[in-house]
Amino acid sequence: MPALPGGFELPASLRLTRVGSVDAVALEARAADLAGRSIKKESKLLALDLAIRCMDLTTLEGADTPGKVTALCTKAIRPDAQDASVPSCAAVCVYPNLVPTAVARLRGSGVKVASVATAFPSGQSPTAIKVREVEEVVAMGADEVDMVIDRGAFLSGRYGKVYDEIVAVKEVCGAAHLKVILETAELGGYDAIRRASLLAMAAGADFIKTSTGKAAASATLPIQLCMLEAIRDVHDATGRRVGMKAAGGIRTAKQAVQYLVQVHETLGLAWLTPDLYRLGASSLLNDVLMQLHTQRTGRYQSLDYFTND
Amino acid sequence: MTDRLPVMKTYKLFIGGAFPRSESGRVVEVEGANVALASRKDVRDAVKAARGAFPGWAKATAYNRGQVLYRLAELMEARAGDLAATCSGPDEVARAVDRVVWYAGWTDKLAQVVGGANPVAGPYFDFTVPEPTGVVGIVAPAEPALLGLISRLAPALAGGNVVVALASQLHPLAAVELAECIATADVPAGVVNILTGDPAETAPWLASHMDVNAIDISGAVAAPGGDPAFATALERAAADNVKRVVRGPADGQRLADVEQLLELKTVWHPIGV
Repeated sequence: MPALPGGFELPASLRLTRVGSVDAVALEARAADLAGRSIKKESKLLALDLAIRCMDLTTLEGADTPGKVTALCTKAIRPDAQDASVPSCAAVCVYPNLVPTAVARLRGSGVKVASVATAFPSGQSPTAIKVREVEEVVAMGADEVDMVIDRGAFLSGRYGKVYDEIVAVKEVCGAAHLKVILETAELGGYDAIRRASLLAMAAGADFIKTSTGKAAASATLPIQLCMLEAIRDVHDATGRRVGMKAAGGIRTAKQAVQYLVQVHETLGLAWLTPDLYRLGASSLLNDVLMQLHTQRTGRYQSLDYFTND
Repeated sequence: MTDRLPVMKTYKLFIGGAFPRSESGRVVEVEGANVALASRKDVRDAVKAARGAFPGWAKATAYNRGQVLYRLAELMEARAGDLAATCSGPDEVARAVDRVVWYAGWTDKLAQVVGGANPVAGPYFDFTVPEPTGVVGIVAPAEPALLGLISRLAPALAGGNVVVALASQLHPLAAVELAECIATADVPAGVVNILTGDPAETAPWLASHMDVNAIDISGAVAAPGGDPAFATALERAAADNVKRVVRGPADGQRLADVEQLLELKTVWHPIGV
């Protein structure tokens, strides 16, 4: 099992970029500048279509039932009952116990099943239990695993533990894609977010993801930009393409388009595919559908006419 | 310092309890003042603010709604001078204040007068209660400037509806002056939203908006030199989501104006089983 020595030196074989530090003012200014782009007409329709194709439709509530998950899966396959030209979502993201339900409903649809695991959302459980949980969800048929890092270990400087855990989880994932949730709101700043991003990528993450959606704050544009730049640096240094998933707090079509613009401007067209970019959200889909209806009908829309999920 | 420059007022929109300029940045000069020229995106923002405010205002007790409307009358009385300068004069203001008080009195009597207990042939207690229709768009009458808007606005509010009103294009100042009374009258933010500008530009977006539940086209019908086809076009656009289309007098007070923006809910409650 690879272990990191003290400080923060990554294994030399990976030849990763140096961690360095982040210019917070420039980062926020750049994010705000990109958010001001005006995306209209055909470009807007394309962006909304892409937002749906990149969406991980999510339900992570204590009150989730097989019935609710089945309904959500149905919506992920065919988001707009009135319009078959609206594409399917990328995946449905659920708690481990609901993976079999989602797998049964989504079989053959092309929509993936993602499961959160490793003592989501806190990650404060023994490593053996976390690894066991991942084994279980993969055995139940999850295509993707969203793990959380151990922020307690990260914040106290035990980077080796965080790294080892990701490596151990990646090993048992098998063919399933691994998304590593950094829970950026709990890391305490852009420097730490960049550090955690590089750590997760070094440990073998297929995707890095901003948030659980359960913390006080969630994804923001500057945070995504910070992570995208880490992904770009890894790609520049190693040629490896790591995916990005923004999650938590993305509720409107306008926000979704801003996130997509940022990906396009930072990583380029190659990342604008569900294989490398995801938006994790629960209420976003209805707002995107409302926007599509508005564009098509020329009338402002009402949530009264969209499924309540 | 005797030759000080007076602070000139730009008459702005009233959306969600705030006084923003138009999203479009446009202004027009009307009645010697700069007045915001609302765009369709201002309509969208106003409807969003109204929808957000609806659950709270609809759930407020009838007594509380009456108190808030009465408080509006108090503030209009206190600013009677400012209001009179924007309409035909003190007489119109006095009648507008009285009209608000008249509707304020209706709020806690609607359930008894409009609703009731219904005799049915079965073991049920059957009763009917009025509930507000929802978000109401109002194309305010062009004249009278203040009384016309109040006559359409107050009955909608009394029933528990929330409002997006398009002020008279000819006399928008009274509407903005009224908005300043509303903003300080404990009317929750978003319950009343007032847009100035050209109703010919904004009203079709309000009429076709799927999140608007009723539209009062009194102003479109009664516009001086108005185009009858305009009202017809609004009615047609409103049909998309089967909006209620209502109209009423520009100067009048009737229970019917409250009733036409109420939905009746009838409950069959089993008894004796």
